[in-house]
Parts: sequence; structure tokens; C-alpha cells
Amino acid sequence: MTQLQHSESNIESIESCRDDFPALHQDIHGHSIVYLDSAASAQQPLSVINAVADYHRHDHANVHRGVHTLSHRATEAYEGARDKIQAFINAASRREIIFTSGTTESVNLVAQSYCRPRVGRGDKILITHLEHHSNIVPWQLVCEQTGAELIVVPIDASGQLDLENFDEMLADSVRFVAIAHVSNALGTINPVKDIIAKAGQLGIPVLVDGAQGIPHMDVDVADLGCDFYAFSGHKMFGPTGVGVLYGRESLLNDMPPYQGGGDMILEVSFTGTTYNDLPYKFEAGTPNISGVIGLGAAVDYLQNVGLDRIARHEQELLTYMTNQLAEIKGIKLIGTAAHKASVQSFLIDDIHPHDLGTILDHQGVAVRTGHHCAMPVMEFYRIPGTTRASLALYNNFADIDRLVTALDKARRLFA
Amino acid sequence: MSAVNINSGDELRELYRELILDHARNPRHFGKLEDATHSAEGINPLCGDKLKLYLRLDAGHRIEDAAFEGSGCAISVASASLLTDTVIGLDVPGAMSYFTAITRRMTDVESTEEVLDLDKLLALEGVREFPSRIKCATLAWHALKSALLSHTSPVTTE
Ligand SMILES: Cc1ncc(COP(=O)(O)O)c(C=O)c1O
Repeated sequence: MTQLQHSESNIESIESCRDDFPALHQDIHGHSIVYLDSAASAQQPLSVINAVADYHRHDHANVHRGVHTLSHRATEAYEGARDKIQAFINAASRREIIFTSGTTESVNLVAQSYCRPRVGRGDKILITHLEHHSNIVPWQLVCEQTGAELIVVPIDASGQLDLENFDEMLADSVRFVAIAHVSNALGTINPVKDIIAKAGQLGIPVLVDGAQGIPHMDVDVADLGCDFYAFSGHKMFGPTGVGVLYGRESLLNDMPPYQGGGDMILEVSFTGTTYNDLPYKFEAGTPNISGVIGLGAAVDYLQNVGLDRIARHEQELLTYMTNQLAEIKGIKLIGTAAHKASVQSFLIDDIHPHDLGTILDHQGVAVRTGHHCAMPVMEFYRIPGTTRASLALYNNFADIDRLVTALDKARRLFA
Repeated sequence: MSAVNINSGDELRELYRELILDHARNPRHFGKLEDATHSAEGINPLCGDKLKLYLRLDAGHRIEDAAFEGSGCAISVASASLLTDTVIGLDVPGAMSYFTAITRRMTDVESTEEVLDLDKLLALEGVREFPSRIKCATLAWHALKSALLSHTSPVTTE
């Protein structure tokens, strides 16, 4: 455990990152843990854990509403995190960074505040077949509320978007596009930049669900050209219950508040209320202050390690994992797109994923099993679910070997 | 399979006993019962297990026949298969007493008192060491209760 002390280090090699994560230094059922479920929720480095704990120990108070020292410190830390995130995703202004409870809330905010007042019967909202439920259901709600129609870009057998008829689809009354940067179930990296450019030519705004993009690659919202980018803290080594909505300022300005309450107002009287400026207009009530501070620490951590280095490491691991898994008899890989993040779904023989998950857990290997909140993807492959191994910066080749060994045991148990 | 040495403890073998694997691979009474008088659906949202249980009761409220269809993990399918084997021939109170005995046996570790001879159903006991799997083992039994009480909406384990 001594290695855990140097969390503020300049990380020399990516292999040493693992030492920064206390949760990865424990035994599960008598085996050292192999954590392959970062796509569901990533572990937190000590620097994030400490940032949150230090805030609770020393600096806790409400933000934006006290003249006393602790409130000032809390506000500084909270707003400091906003600046970090603005720089991290290259947003034009800190006014474009809205703290939410996560990707889900970010998407719902856009659906209700931006889309709902702007669409009606005859209009279409375009999503894709590989979306997470949180980038499907909010749009279905808007469609129910407005009479707009949801249309879905198909995928092919490899789990790649089938864009053959995309231009025609887009040109036919589409008023909004919502698309995942990376599929959580399949790992597919979507060509979001091209899609945004095409939508842009027709003046159609685009929301990118970046929950699975941001932990794996350098995200630059200016370069992507998207209008909204949504992501969650807990998938990028930060706390749960906090996330971000990036929104283009001109669009945010034209949107009504999503929720009413404290902090989002300038002046309240019973004859009317003046809303606060961006970004506070969209941050009603006492926010998740510790979560935001933890998220800021996670951004520091990611930048310290370097997104390029993370991406390279993960791609090496992914190649190794894909090759190792492909050697297993009876395996079927689900999600084999050419451009993928470090996620692999699979099925083995006729072993149900849930049974596989239990058997792997018993050997210390944590994977996700089930439909991954992407039931339409499962329907597409006509399967009830998959087992999914997802890799993050702290995984290594030995983790993959342990996965393979554990899968071998599962096959023998069910043989 | 019992010859395989699973290093990581006997609990796994306890969970996946030969009888369980047999019923999971070759579920008994699998399919739809066309002339069912009672039915209920069981859904476990956590793992996507989904099964439908059919019962045909005679005029004297005796279960003449039972069947199930759907998909799920080995535990939930085996449990449903064992259930159908068990309840055919029982009257409603008899079947309900199995529901009570099984759910208590799975969820209440303290319970040692045996009111019923659970016989083959004891093969499901391995789940007691796997809290996340207890719902798989009890899913079909909740559907049984729901069907007997003629609830029309699907039951979930949540
Ligand atoms: C692609 C994608 N979108 C959205 C979400 C929802 O994120 P959250 O539950 O943090 O709001 C997830 C998380 O599983 C995801 O993988």
C-alpha cells in the first residue's frame, strides 16, 4: 500500500497509474481484483478521493451565497473546477459549462429545454440504433409531448453505424440529432465529427452523448463543432452524481431554465422572476459541490497522465484482449467495428452472461453482464445480453490474462 | 463436469450443481401451455431474465399441468423447470406452501425449520452464498404466486 502515497506524482509510466487507485489493491473471493467494468463506473484515484475528503474536512459550505470564509473557499473550488473543465474540452467560455447530476440529466435538460419547445408534428429527432437508454428515452418523451417522430440510424453486423442513407434521412425534416460518441455496449467510436458537419450544413443542432468518449480520448468541442456535449464524472475517474452539459452559448441563451429554484435567479418577486446568467440559469438549487470538486481533480488526473498516452495504452490492451478472446473456443465477439474504444462484449457457448458474471466474480474478475442499458442493440443481435469487459488506463496485460483464465474455468464448469 | 477442479472454492460448484445444469440445459415442461387457465410473467430487470409461467387448473383447483417459456440464466431456468416438476398435481394451497418454503429457504439464512420436504428443490440452495443471484432462483416462484392469485401484470424481482 505504500505506493498509494504518491498520488500527486508526475506519472512516469502508465503502468504505475494503477498504484494511484486504492480500490484496485484488494482481494475479491481470495483473488486480487481485476476490474474490467470501468465503462459502467471507473475507479477513483487517490487524488480525487482526497480532494473530496479535504473539501469535506476543511472547506465545506454552500456556494455563491455567503460572505464567510468557508463559503468563499467552497465557491472558489467549485468555480475552479468549471474553469478546468472548460479548458479540458476546449469550450469557448466557462458560461458554456453546466454542472448536472450526470449524462442522463444533461440529455434530459437539452431534450426539455432546447428541443421540446422547438419541435412538433412533422418534425423528426434523429438518434442511432446503438444509443444508451439515456439517449433514447428523453427523446421519446419529447416525441410524446410534441408529436415529433424519432428516427433511428441503423447499425451493421459489426456494430458500426450504417450511414448509407444518412444524408437523405437527415434532409427529411430532422430538427435535432442526438448521438453517442462511443457506444457503451459495443465500443464503436462513431464518426461524430462528420455527422456534426453534415448536420451543420443543414442547420441542425447536434448533441453528443460523450459518457463513453471522454474517458478514452482527447475531446475538443470546438474541433468537433457540436452544439451540446454531455458526460458523467463517474466514468472519468470522478465521483458519481455529477456530470457536465457543454452547450454552445448562443443556444443556451435562448433556452428556458430546466428547473426553478435558488441560484438560478437574479431577482424573485411574485410578479415575476429574472433568471440568472449562464451557466447559473441551469444550476438550480445547492449543487453537488463535493462532486464537482472531485470531478475537477479527475480532470487534473487525466491531464497529468495525458489523454494521448491513455488512448495509446488502451488501444494496445484492446488489441491484445480482442486477440486473446478470439482464441477462446465457443466465443462470439459482439461489436467488432474498425474504430473502437477499449470495450468488448461477447458470448461464450450457451452460457448465460449472468452465470458467466458470477463465475468470473468468484475468481476476482469484475465484468458487466446484461443488456448494458442498450436493449435495442441486444434486440439487433437477437440476444438477451452480453458479458462486457471494459478497460481503463489502470488495466494491464495481466488483467486480460486473468480474464481469459477465468473464462476458461467457466467453460469447464459448464462443459 | 463434477470432475473439474475449480480452484476458487466449492461455492461455485454448489451453485451450479449437476441437477441445476441439467435442468438449465434441458428444461422440463418448456413451452407454451395453450389451454392454460392461469399465467404470469416474471421479469428480473437486473439481468434481463424473462419468463412466462402457465398453469392449467382443474375444476377442483388442482394444477393439472404447468409449463414455462422465456429466457434467463441457468439458475432462473433451472428453478422454473424444477418448479413445474414440483407443482403439477398439487392443489393451490399446496403450491403456495412450496412458494413460501422456497422463498424463505433462499432469503432467510436463519431458517432451518422444514415444513416441507423440498427434495430436488434443495439443489437451488447454492444461491444462498450468492446474494446477487437469489432473485434468479425465486423469479419463477414469484410468477407462480402471481399466477395463482391471478395477477395480470408482470411481476418483477425489484
Ligand atoms: C453511452 C452512455 N450514455 C449515457 C450514460 C448514462 O450515464 P449516467 O448514468 O452517468 O447518467 C451511460 C452510462 O452508462 C453511457 O454509457
